[in-house]
Amino acid sequence: MFKKITRRASKVAAIAAAGLLAMNVQAADPIRIGSFLSVTGPASFLGDPELKTLEMYVEKINKEGGVLGRQLELIHYDDAGNASKARNFASRLIRSDRVDIIVGGSTTGATMAAVPMVEQAGVPFISLAGAVVITNPVKKWVFKTPQTDRMAAERVLMDMRERGLTKVGLISGTGGFGSSGREQTLAAAKAMGGIEIVADETYGGSDTDMTAQLTNIRGTDGVQTVLNFGFGQGPAIVTRNYAQLGIELPFYQSHGVASDGFLELAGNSAEGLRLPASPLLVPESLPESDPQKPVVEAYKSEYEAHWSTKVSTFGAYAYDGLMLAVEAIEKAGSTDKAAVRDALENIKGHVGVTGTFNMTPDDHNGLQANSFRILEVRDGGWKLID
Amino acid sequence: MFSEFLQYLFTGITIGATYALIALGFTLIYNASHVINFAQGEFLMIGGMATVSLTAMGVPMLLAIVLAVVLAGVLGVALQRLAIAPAKNADVVTLIIITIGASIFIRGLAQLVWGKEYHVMPNFSGDEPIQIFGAVLNSQSLWVLGVGSVLVAVLVYFFTRTLTGKAILATSMNKDAARLVGIRTQVVLMLAFMVSALLGSVAGIVVAPITFTSYDIGIILGLKGFVAAAIGGLGSGMGAVVGGLALGVVEAMAAGYLSSDYKDAVAFSMILLVLFFMPRGLFGAKVVERV
Repeated sequence: MFKKITRRASKVAAIAAAGLLAMNVQAADPIRIGSFLSVTGPASFLGDPELKTLEMYVEKINKEGGVLGRQLELIHYDDAGNASKARNFASRLIRSDRVDIIVGGSTTGATMAAVPMVEQAGVPFISLAGAVVITNPVKKWVFKTPQTDRMAAERVLMDMRERGLTKVGLISGTGGFGSSGREQTLAAAKAMGGIEIVADETYGGSDTDMTAQLTNIRGTDGVQTVLNFGFGQGPAIVTRNYAQLGIELPFYQSHGVASDGFLELAGNSAEGLRLPASPLLVPESLPESDPQKPVVEAYKSEYEAHWSTKVSTFGAYAYDGLMLAVEAIEKAGSTDKAAVRDALENIKGHVGVTGTFNMTPDDHNGLQANSFRILEVRDGGWKLID
Repeated sequence: MFSEFLQYLFTGITIGATYALIALGFTLIYNASHVINFAQGEFLMIGGMATVSLTAMGVPMLLAIVLAVVLAGVLGVALQRLAIAPAKNADVVTLIIITIGASIFIRGLAQLVWGKEYHVMPNFSGDEPIQIFGAVLNSQSLWVLGVGSVLVAVLVYFFTRTLTGKAILATSMNKDAARLVGIRTQVVLMLAFMVSALLGSVAGIVVAPITFTSYDIGIILGLKGFVAAAIGGLGSGMGAVVGGLALGVVEAMAAGYLSSDYKDAVAFSMILLVLFFMPRGLFGAKVVERV
C-alpha cells in the first residue's frame, strides 16, 4: 500500500517536473540570430572567416550562459556571393525563420539586395560589407561594422598631409572596390583641402603589367606621392612595377590589400610602402594603453586556436557585428525589435576589433577614420606607424 | 620623352610576348582539328601552379618545371582520350563546347587541390630590372621572348619537316583522306593535344613570375591569348607571335598616350578592324570551302 502511494507520488512528481521543464524551455526560447554570408564563391575569402567567427562565438556565448539567460541560435545561409540569393535568404530569415536580428551580408551587393526586405519587415540588420552606400543615407534598421572606403581614403590623405606630401598620383583598379575607392579618394581630397590629386590612372582586373600607367604618373609635374586603390593581385603587380621602375616617391596602398598574402606576393618590392589597416595585423605592437589591445589579442588567439588558420580582418567584422548585437539585446532587455534597434543606435564606446563604435541616429557605422592604423612594411613585416 | 616611349614599348612587348606564347597553344590544336581549345588557359595554369606547389614542397626549380610540364602533357592526353575522343563524330562546335566544359572542370579541381590564393614564382634570373636608355625591362620578359622564339622555330620545323607534323596538318585538312593514306587520326589528335598542353604549361611557367599564378589565371590569359591568335590568323605560328605582340604594344601605348581607361577599348577596336578587313587574320591561310 505504502509502496503504491510512493510510486504514484513519484509518478506525479515526474510529470510535474516534466511540465516544469517544458515551461522552462518555453521561457528560455533561444534568441534567433540570422545570417546570410558568401561562404562559397568569389567572395568566400570574406564569408568563410565570418561564418567561422559567428559559429565559434555563438558557441562560446552559449557555454557562458547565453544572453539574458537565453541561448543563442545561429541560422545561416550561403549566398555564394550572389545578390539575388542573398535577397531570397534574407526573406526566408525574416518570414519563416522569424529571426530576432540579422548579422550578415559579406558583400555590398548582397547587403543592398537585402536592405529593402529588412526595412519593410523592421528587423535590425548589422551588415559586414564595406561601401559607404549601406549607411549613407542612414536607413532606419541597417547598421554596419567595417569602415567605409571613404574613411580609408581620408586616413591615407591625412597621413600624406602630415608628411607634407600634397600632390598625389592616384592609380586604381577598375573593379568595384578600386573604382569606388577612386571616387571616394577624389571626393575626400576635395573635402579636406590642401591636398591635390594630380594624376588619375586605372588598370583592369586582369592586367598583368602596370608599368605604362606608373610611367605616366612619374612623368606628371610635381607629383610627390602615389596611392594605389585596388584589390586582389593587381596591387601586388603595381607594387612590383613601382619597384622595377625605381620610383622613389613615398608609396601608399589601400586597406584592400592589408593582409599577409599581399606581402608574400609583392615580396621585397613592398618595402617602405604604407597602408591603412585594422590593428588585427599588429596586435603585439599596440601600446598597452590602447583600449583595443586586449580585444584584438583575445580575438586573434581564440580564433587561431579554434580553427588553426590565420585570423582575417573580415572575420573581425563578424565578431564586432555579433558583439554589437549582443550588447544591444542586453541593453534592450528583450528581443523586441524596435527596442533592440534603438539600443543599437545608442551604443557608445563599444570597443571592438575593428575600432571603437559610437553609434548615433545619424551614423549607423559609428567608426571614425582614425580607427584605421597606418602601417608600414619593414623587413617583410608590418610596422605600426600611427 | 624618348625614354617614356621606350618604356611603353617594353611594357607592350612584355605583355605581348605573354599573349603570343599562349596564342601558340591555340594554333597547334586548331591546326590538328579546327577545334579552338578553350582549356588551353588551364594548361597554362597547371604549368604555373604545379611548379609553384612543387617548389614549395622542396623540389628543385628545374625538376619542378619538368614535372609540371609532364603533368600538363598527361592531362592533355587525358582530355583528348576522355572528353574529345568519345565524341568522335560530333562537329567542331560541339567539341569546342566540350573543351569549355573541361576547362571549368579542371579549374574546379585545381581550386580544390591548390586553394584560391595567388602564388608567386621567383624570376628565373634575378629581380634586378635591365636599364636601357632610361627605360626598364623586367629580365623575365627576355625569358618570355626567348622561349617564345624557340617554340615558334620548333613548331615551324615540326610542321614542315617532320612526318608527324605533316600527319597533323593532313588530318586537319581532310580527316578521311588522311585515314585513307594510313594516318591514325585519333593518335594524331592525341598527339596534338599533348604537344599543345606541353606548350601551354611551358608558357604558364615562363609568364608566372610576371603575372603571378592562381587557379583562375587561365580564364584571363587564355582569352587574351585566343584574341591574339585570332588577330594573327588562327593556325599560323607566325601570326600568333605577331598578333600577341601587336595586341600588347597597342594596349601599352593606349594606356600611356591616351588613357588607361580606354586601353582595352582600343585593343578591342583593333581586333574588330583587323577581322573586318582581313577576316582570316593577319597571317591566316586562305581556306576554300569545297562544295
